[in-house]
Amino acid sequence: MTNPQVFQIQEISAHPGPVPGRGTQRAVEVCKYIDVSTCIGCKACEVACVEWNDHTFRETTFNDTYQTMPSTEWNYWNLIKFAEDERDGNLMWLMRKDQCMHCEDPGCLRACPADGAIIKYENGIVDFQQDNCIGCGYCISGCPFDIPKFNEKTKKVYKCTLCSDRVGQGLEPACIKACPTGCLHFGTKEDMVQIAGLRAQQLREHSGFANAGVYNPESIKGTHVIYVLHDIQNPERYGLPKTPVIPPSYTIWKWLAKPAGLLMAGLGVLAVVFHRVAVGPRVPQPEDPAVIEPQPDPVAAKREEQP
Amino acid sequence: MSTSVDRFDERARREAERVGQTVVHRGELLRHPVYTRVLHWLVALSFILALLSGFAIYSPWLFKFLTPLFGGGPTTRLLHPWFGLFFTIFFFFQFLNWFTPMVWTGDDTRWLKRIKEYTTNKEKTEPGYVGFFNGGQKVYFWAIVISAVLFLITGLLMWFDELTPRWVVAVSYVVHDIAALIMLGGFIVHLYEGTAAAPGTFRSMINGTVTNKWAWTHHPAWYRAVTGRDPQESYEREQRRQADRERAVAEWEREQDRREQV
Repeated sequence: MTNPQVFQIQEISAHPGPVPGRGTQRAVEVCKYIDVSTCIGCKACEVACVEWNDHTFRETTFNDTYQTMPSTEWNYWNLIKFAEDERDGNLMWLMRKDQCMHCEDPGCLRACPADGAIIKYENGIVDFQQDNCIGCGYCISGCPFDIPKFNEKTKKVYKCTLCSDRVGQGLEPACIKACPTGCLHFGTKEDMVQIAGLRAQQLREHSGFANAGVYNPESIKGTHVIYVLHDIQNPERYGLPKTPVIPPSYTIWKWLAKPAGLLMAGLGVLAVVFHRVAVGPRVPQPEDPAVIEPQPDPVAAKREEQP
Repeated sequence: MSTSVDRFDERARREAERVGQTVVHRGELLRHPVYTRVLHWLVALSFILALLSGFAIYSPWLFKFLTPLFGGGPTTRLLHPWFGLFFTIFFFFQFLNWFTPMVWTGDDTRWLKRIKEYTTNKEKTEPGYVGFFNGGQKVYFWAIVISAVLFLITGLLMWFDELTPRWVVAVSYVVHDIAALIMLGGFIVHLYEGTAAAPGTFRSMINGTVTNKWAWTHHPAWYRAVTGRDPQESYEREQRRQADRERAVAEWEREQDRREQV
């Protein structure tokens, strides 16, 4: 996707007055905001996702709930998760649209060993490039939200793109377009955080949800998909981790210990090469021909001659 | 070791000797029979393939250099577990084959204590207690045994990651790397010691034989065990013979010079 800021004119030769359009470009970071309190679980977003991405319909799995299948799949990127919970002794039916969170610090990208298989755009969208994917599945273990899914046939991993193809053309993601209740919003990160904050405040002050808040976890520097939850203290009730973390294997180990190990191996190669040059080999004894006398060093002898 | 494994091992040994052969010339000793040599190179081949394909995935700085060797990233990823599996299987047989001579003894501890003298080449011949394998070789062998076990366990966990919890894969990734680095370090030393550092060693894995001189220089106790002769005595005898030869050659040269003058 082209960064729209790249082609925003900065200066114009011999032009009196301000540059037209300068300063009007809004922030480029995009965000999807999901208000779980107004979601009715209609699954229109699931259908829109499958349609836009031209996925074949896969068989649903019935497990005594309304949920289409247990988790997102390689060709089913958008899934409403239903959870039956309790509040003040009454049933509380929680519905949360589950998809890639497009983390600011993406665990999948940190874990990936293949050059160019996962990229993150300036606007915050994390996208998989299947052409470069080698199918190792490290991204799956790097993701705190269990989102990337492996396809056994193509040996590649797939996930929600936040409709980067649509967003690049100035359109909203397909799921947003399909939502009938308006619980899905799309815009700049700044705006979404603000209106989500207002909605959470409304829930706290007028609807009796004292713990309502915005889910935008700091442990991964925020996400480009944010939720308003009835109870921000317990995101686990919605199947969201309270503090999503990237395993240190893909951070400290990968960027510090791995190169250090390689460096040591390189030094090891140098060590044996220079051991051979300086110390020399262990030759079967007695050496053939037998060493009679140490040979004089002609260079040292020359040096001694000179005053 | 169970008897059935023992028997299988024995049969494979016999078959290898029947199909292949080791020619021992005068002044040489049999060091590695056909079975050991075949196993060694099977292990070596699968290890090098696993090492190169593994290090392609190990580091982003090596990815572009090493993946083309295996036909690109996806095939590298596809082949690596198989290379590793073959390495583990072949090494398992080498483990059975070498378990007895590789058992750690007090002499190996003594050997390790004088590792500094060994690396600086202070003494031309090894101490009399060094047997078929020295302490360093045994350290490498047991490092491979431990690494191979770690490789196998963590490798399978990462290979079948759909059956493995996320954090287990993440931990396996680190353990697999540590095993790989230990192996790489040992491999560098092994290559060096087997070739440039000790001339006359490499042929033991090709022809299967070494010279008597090599044997009493590097593994005196083994020399004593297979020849029944004292390594120090043999060494000194060879020294005297060599001196005699040198004297004879010098004498002959002087004679030639004298004749030319006449």
